Amino acid sequence: MAKRVSLSGNEAVATAMRQIEPDVVAAYPITPSTEVPQYFSQFVNNGQVKTEFIPVESEHSAMSACIGASAAGARVMTATSSNGLAYMWEPLYIAASLRRPIVMAAVNRALSGPINIHNDHSDSMGARDSGWLQIYSENVQEAYDNFIQAVRISENADVRLPVMVCYDGFITSHGIENMVLLEEEEVKKFVGEHKDDYFLLGDTPIALGTFDGNQYYFEHKRLQAQGMINAKKVILEIAAEYEKITGRKYNFFEKYKMDDAEIAIVVIGSSAGTSKVVVDELREKGIKAGLIKIRVFRPFPAPEIAEALKNVKALAVLDKTDSFATTGGPLFKEVRSAVYGIGDNKVVKSYIYGLGGRDVTVDSIKEVYAGLQEDLTAGKYEIYNYLGVRE
Amino acid sequence: MAVNLKELSKKADRITAGHRMCAGCGAPIVAKWVLKALKTEDKAVIANATGCMEVSTCLYPYVAWKDSYIHSAFENAGATISGVETAYNSLKKQGKVKDNYKFITFGGDGGTYDIGLQSLSATMERGHDVVYVCYDNGAYMNTGIQRSSATPFGASTTTSPQGKAVPGKQQYRKDLTSVIAAHHIPYAAQTVASKWKDLYEKSEKAIYTKGPAFINVLTPCARGWRCDTQKELQVVDLAVETCFWPLYEIIDGKYILNYKPKKKLPITEWLKPQGRFKHLFKPGNEYMIDAIQKEVDKNWEELLKKCNL
Repeated sequence: MAKRVSLSGNEAVATAMRQIEPDVVAAYPITPSTEVPQYFSQFVNNGQVKTEFIPVESEHSAMSACIGASAAGARVMTATSSNGLAYMWEPLYIAASLRRPIVMAAVNRALSGPINIHNDHSDSMGARDSGWLQIYSENVQEAYDNFIQAVRISENADVRLPVMVCYDGFITSHGIENMVLLEEEEVKKFVGEHKDDYFLLGDTPIALGTFDGNQYYFEHKRLQAQGMINAKKVILEIAAEYEKITGRKYNFFEKYKMDDAEIAIVVIGSSAGTSKVVVDELREKGIKAGLIKIRVFRPFPAPEIAEALKNVKALAVLDKTDSFATTGGPLFKEVRSAVYGIGDNKVVKSYIYGLGGRDVTVDSIKEVYAGLQEDLTAGKYEIYNYLGVRE
Repeated sequence: MAVNLKELSKKADRITAGHRMCAGCGAPIVAKWVLKALKTEDKAVIANATGCMEVSTCLYPYVAWKDSYIHSAFENAGATISGVETAYNSLKKQGKVKDNYKFITFGGDGGTYDIGLQSLSATMERGHDVVYVCYDNGAYMNTGIQRSSATPFGASTTTSPQGKAVPGKQQYRKDLTSVIAAHHIPYAAQTVASKWKDLYEKSEKAIYTKGPAFINVLTPCARGWRCDTQKELQVVDLAVETCFWPLYEIIDGKYILNYKPKKKLPITEWLKPQGRFKHLFKPGNEYMIDAIQKEVDKNWEELLKKCNL
């Protein structure tokens, strides 16, 4: 029986961890993800889980210990944010290339510098090409649901790649929301036993992380890419299974009032909630506004996005990070690339917004939709825009 | 039980021949004798920091290790093996792993003294039941003989070259064995690649002592030391005879000197056969040799005091 509760994002994810009960958790504190290992180590020390917790001395060691533990045959999890994720950079790539099914709560926070503890997506967006799957969450419920599904996606034999479950620092990690928890038995049944065909402690010795010269490295990278390609099908299958026990639908992205939309926003994370309010207001005025909220960023669901946006006349892609290419944010690049050649003369523009926790207001989102309407009238537009910044 | 070379030679090696270390490299000697100390019935997982040993013993699809082996990166061998050991504890408790495993990590001085020190320190502090073996050849040999914090004073390396203005490395080496001993782990020791019996016995103690253990092994690199490959083990012996590298162990905080030379040789005996110290013998550089001798004497006296000798 599902249980209605009020929890913060970190509490919900720590609860998911407790219900999943992995073999090993290795983590290092960093705001705003600190609470996850904090709650979890309490579960460990209360004897509520059989998990071994490794209180490492850094995020680099957190990911390294996760790699070692996963290679040994354990189900492994961690959590981090911002500079902690940056400090993991090197082992992030190693985890993916060694095909380690590690699940991480990546609680989004602005990357230094200047140092800032608030939310944006510069941390996980920087890791977008590390080979990890990235699943983003709008709210506490989604963070919890995505975390549970991530275990199955990650460990699927056709995928075998690590997964980052991202949710917005403070807004979602510390905001208390009403949500529904599954029973522990339901979660355990859903994730199942962790099984490995090849692991360090298995009957036959294995070697992992060996030197891979120019005769093999390329093929191994191709296989890694195949895992990511395969993940698309698996993500949907797992979502369908999850829907059966929860009634909650998940896809690569959520379409909000998109059926007849002429102007639309593509956005990631908690700002989708704010944007939906604006869409509703615009719809009341008869303006055909819509919204797409990205859930799965890696692998990127390009054809599905293109299909969803094919009838849209003007489109703004919102990035809570800048890539400093002077040509728009990373999500913008992916979306524009996806819609290229589909429906000519579409307005497709980039907005950089909310950096370092700058509040994303209803008014600022209204400004984006208004801008799209003006662009359509004017027939010209700026591609690269900053939203809500003092200039 | 007395250690018998003939008997031990019958025990199968757990690192095979056919790896691609340089002819005369001391590192595989270290790996061979450390792993000999494993009981035949015990399984092991070997972790390796990036370095000569790693790139030369596991070129996909070949591997020279008979036990399970993991390499992740340069600076994280300690953290990696602590993950493996923790997973073992968890899976063993759950009955998912039946065999008994031992966990042994090999790292060079670069991966141990320098870039991997934080990860190693934390592994020791957390008390994982693992053995960390440093094969210390006194420089970053894998990337081409760059100085490390283990490089001896005066040595010429490619990043502390002897030049007209600066005659080689100007800093004394880090005393890593003491640094690790300060973690108050149950077992820490110093040995050399040339004394198989000492190396074997210390490995056995390290592996079969519950909790973290550390062995620092002075290991020859003929390329980096610029010495004769055929005589390199004698050169290592000279490190012991001059007291540059004393053989000792620290068991539960108690210092034990394992060998005291009958006649402590002058440091020049250790320096002379090595090309990396050649410039020290040029007129005008005597002060450096004097300084090295002084440093060795001081360290030796300190060690004797710690050993209550």
